[in-house]
Amino acid sequence: MTDTTAVARRERPLAPLLRHSRHVLAENPVTGFAFALFLLILLAALFGPQMAPYDPLASNTAQTLKPPNAQHWFGTDQLGRDVFSRVIVATRLDFFIAIASVVLVFLMGGLAGVAAGFFGGWTDRIVGRIADTIMAFPLFVLAMGIVAALGNTVQNIVLATAIVNFPLYARIARAEANVRREAGFVEAARLSGNANWRILVGQILPNVFPILVVQMSLTMGYAILNVAGLSFIGLGVRPPTPEWGIMVAEGAAFMVSGQWWNALFPGAALMIAVFCFNLLGDGLRDIVDPRKRT
Amino acid sequence: MMTLIIQRVAMAIPSLIGVVVVTFLLTRLLPGDPAAYFAGPAATPQAIQEVRVKLGLDKPLIQQFGRYVVGLAHGNFGTSLTTGQPVITELRTRLPASAELTLLGLFVSIAIAVPLGIVAATRPNSLLDHTCRIVSTAGVSLPVFFTGLILIYVFYYLLGWAPAPLGRLDVFYLAPPQVTGFYLIDSLIAGDPQTFTATLKQLVLPALTLGVFSLAPIARMTRASMLTVLSSDFIRTARASGLSNWTVVITYAFRNAMLPVITTLGMVFSFLLGANVLVEKVFAWPGIGSYAVEALLASDFAPVQGFVLTMAVMYVTLNLMIDILYGLIDPRVRLEA
Amino acid sequence: MTASSVLCVEGLSVEFRTRSGRVRALDNVTFNVRKGETIALVGESGSGKSVSAYAIMGILDPAGRVTNGQAMFGEIDLLAASPKRLAAVRGRQISMIFQNPRTALNPIRPVGRQIADVLVRHGRVPAREAPQQAVEMLRAVGISDPARRASGYPFEMSGGMCQRVMIAIALAAKPSLLIADEPTTGLDVTTQAVIMDLIADFATQRGMATIFITHDLALASQRATRIVVMHAGHVVENAPTLDLCTQPRHPYTAELVAATPDSAANLDDLAAIPGSLPDLRRTDLPPCRYSERCPRKTELCSQSLPLTSVGPEHIVACWNPLPVHAPLKLAIGAS
Repeated sequence: MTDTTAVARRERPLAPLLRHSRHVLAENPVTGFAFALFLLILLAALFGPQMAPYDPLASNTAQTLKPPNAQHWFGTDQLGRDVFSRVIVATRLDFFIAIASVVLVFLMGGLAGVAAGFFGGWTDRIVGRIADTIMAFPLFVLAMGIVAALGNTVQNIVLATAIVNFPLYARIARAEANVRREAGFVEAARLSGNANWRILVGQILPNVFPILVVQMSLTMGYAILNVAGLSFIGLGVRPPTPEWGIMVAEGAAFMVSGQWWNALFPGAALMIAVFCFNLLGDGLRDIVDPRKRT
Repeated sequence: MMTLIIQRVAMAIPSLIGVVVVTFLLTRLLPGDPAAYFAGPAATPQAIQEVRVKLGLDKPLIQQFGRYVVGLAHGNFGTSLTTGQPVITELRTRLPASAELTLLGLFVSIAIAVPLGIVAATRPNSLLDHTCRIVSTAGVSLPVFFTGLILIYVFYYLLGWAPAPLGRLDVFYLAPPQVTGFYLIDSLIAGDPQTFTATLKQLVLPALTLGVFSLAPIARMTRASMLTVLSSDFIRTARASGLSNWTVVITYAFRNAMLPVITTLGMVFSFLLGANVLVEKVFAWPGIGSYAVEALLASDFAPVQGFVLTMAVMYVTLNLMIDILYGLIDPRVRLEA
Repeated sequence: MTASSVLCVEGLSVEFRTRSGRVRALDNVTFNVRKGETIALVGESGSGKSVSAYAIMGILDPAGRVTNGQAMFGEIDLLAASPKRLAAVRGRQISMIFQNPRTALNPIRPVGRQIADVLVRHGRVPAREAPQQAVEMLRAVGISDPARRASGYPFEMSGGMCQRVMIAIALAAKPSLLIADEPTTGLDVTTQAVIMDLIADFATQRGMATIFITHDLALASQRATRIVVMHAGHVVENAPTLDLCTQPRHPYTAELVAATPDSAANLDDLAAIPGSLPDLRRTDLPPCRYSERCPRKTELCSQSLPLTSVGPEHIVACWNPLPVHAPLKLAIGAS
């Protein structure tokens, strides 16, 4: 009796969510399209290096700056490297940075916001001050400053992106925690002797997650643009690592003189990825809270 | 009214303090020895020690902060390693270039986004509404430097309509005599229409790039806000009173709908000031953004610190002005102050 | 349509397209208003009384459509007229005031200017003189210190004052018909009386006809000379006030009268009307939308609704109206 009913109880909250998701996807094919695109990007990120026809780092002086052709679908860059391979392989890095940033900001901002909303008082005030100070800066400028100060490594880029998005997550998490502070299940947890921290992490944070997940999808898009922008001005990943932003930077000079493929394909990849995450965010918003459709 | 302004200024002060503290800390967080960074890559250990004493980097942190603040108050933002010039002089000379570009970009953005949002709201689910939605989402997804490059490729390389992206003015022209630092205004003041046109030509593509970038949030917010306002009670009263369509949509609805849009402008400025740096690189614009980028590549840190500080102060000031503007339009805020 | 009618509504039917189907909000609504007459449209929430007014004024929600009927205002059919012709009528010859006066006014525009906008729009006044005229209107609706109040905003005023401003806006162009949609809901009782008196004064002074829309039968009986009772988008009874309140012939009206609280009756005697409004999205709605909750239902009631005349000026839409009976208690104070 215990096993089947326990499983049944666990299934029940998930089943209506799946049904609702299927309904939303059917109604809104655009979201379905975004999901499909997301899977494609994920595939490229996971299996890119194996799928790439050429070694992304292999230069070939005989084949520099060739326009797209049968051997090189996206053409070659100024060092003779295959642009297509570089774009595919770069997916992994940009995707990884985006995921890492988003997970980090969810943990940092989510926990801080939830704590601020739950405890109130000084916790609330300190988190608020930190958030306000961060928001006093134009966000990209602050990211520039942080990466400049700490050095341009992937970890620092992830950290800078997380810091810059911290206030938004803290604010959302705080609002939700405030609402749930007096909720029944929190009272129940408290009564059964759970320490405050356990309540926060075990009860409130998981409930705040669905609302934050919409934001996380949008932040993935922002994170990719951020790292691309930083790389574009030389503060990002170092060459010859393939990364979409650096590739556009390297290709910029050639674009002005007509060799468009260098910069166009990585730029298009950027746009497709960000577009996908934005659409996904909108679709997730419909699944999580249909009232908020713009 | 005065109370409102004083209140808002007072609220901005903690932000300014925070900004100063953070910019101070940024250069103290440098990996390794900050003195080595400020002395430059070519410095001898002796030179590094001299710099350390000169900049007071051997003193306790609190004292360093004190010196920093006092220095700021005297306009001392440090000296650039690469040019040897005081940072503040360079910033002051280059600021108008960035400001002119950013303001024109914002103007382009608003001029397109607001009418687009209004029309999309008055004709929901029409072709125009869907176009507005698509343009918004696409605008938000395009990296701003990529937009700039594409515009250059199409309008300069392919069509030859735009001039080469080589800065504020073509080499054949001299900058107009300095009054505001804004070439557009200064050339008009000097009565020099050719320089004016030449400046405008150079400005079109970068301003358009910035405009396309910030189009999205403004259009989206205008549309959403107009939709909400158009279904509100007082619009129903206005229609029932037989007021003309223009009066209802513009004088009544739009003025109310503008309020959230103005609040959005704060966020838009944050994007714009950041995007400015990227656009200046693409178009070789001699503004403070490119100044900072060049300094970064040369590991020259004083300009970077000065740049971050200046941008932040500008941003706080802009937000302050937006707050006050909001108060001017919405009497409820003004009279409750 | 008689010569002395100012508004003649015939067969008005309105439909709304919603996500969950088509709502047949109004079906064959007919009534008319004579010059200078004050009538009341009475019914529960959802009976379609406000929708009728919105349809007449041409301010239906975009999802709504007039599927049938006409609303003759003089020579013009309001439901079929072009926007240009309507522009001369709306706000000028027919005006409307709404409930929740504070949200019905533009929150960021001084009230004097809102009045002036109407004055200028309907050409009664050159733009220079409009502000002064606006102040005069404020004075006429009983606002003290009108010159100072004219530059004030709705959020600085009480609900009663806001309603006076709305009346000023509505009456600025001297219309011949005023539609008042629950004008006193949300106001305290003293203010209610004052506002109703104000409207009545203007009506007598200017020979203006008034349509009161209300769910409060007692209020209607105090102020209107004729009452039109609506239920689920139908007109069910239309009679002079005294007749309707003492000799209601439609079962629903009788229930309404019984459900109206009066000072003499015991709270325990307060009747509730059994059943609830039918779902107007149904495609199988019976011709009489009250029949499913009606205690007097017969087989005749599945035929389309009649309009029986049961007395001078007294019309009932019922196959089985109540017989003539002893007059009901006049506790609801018909005047």
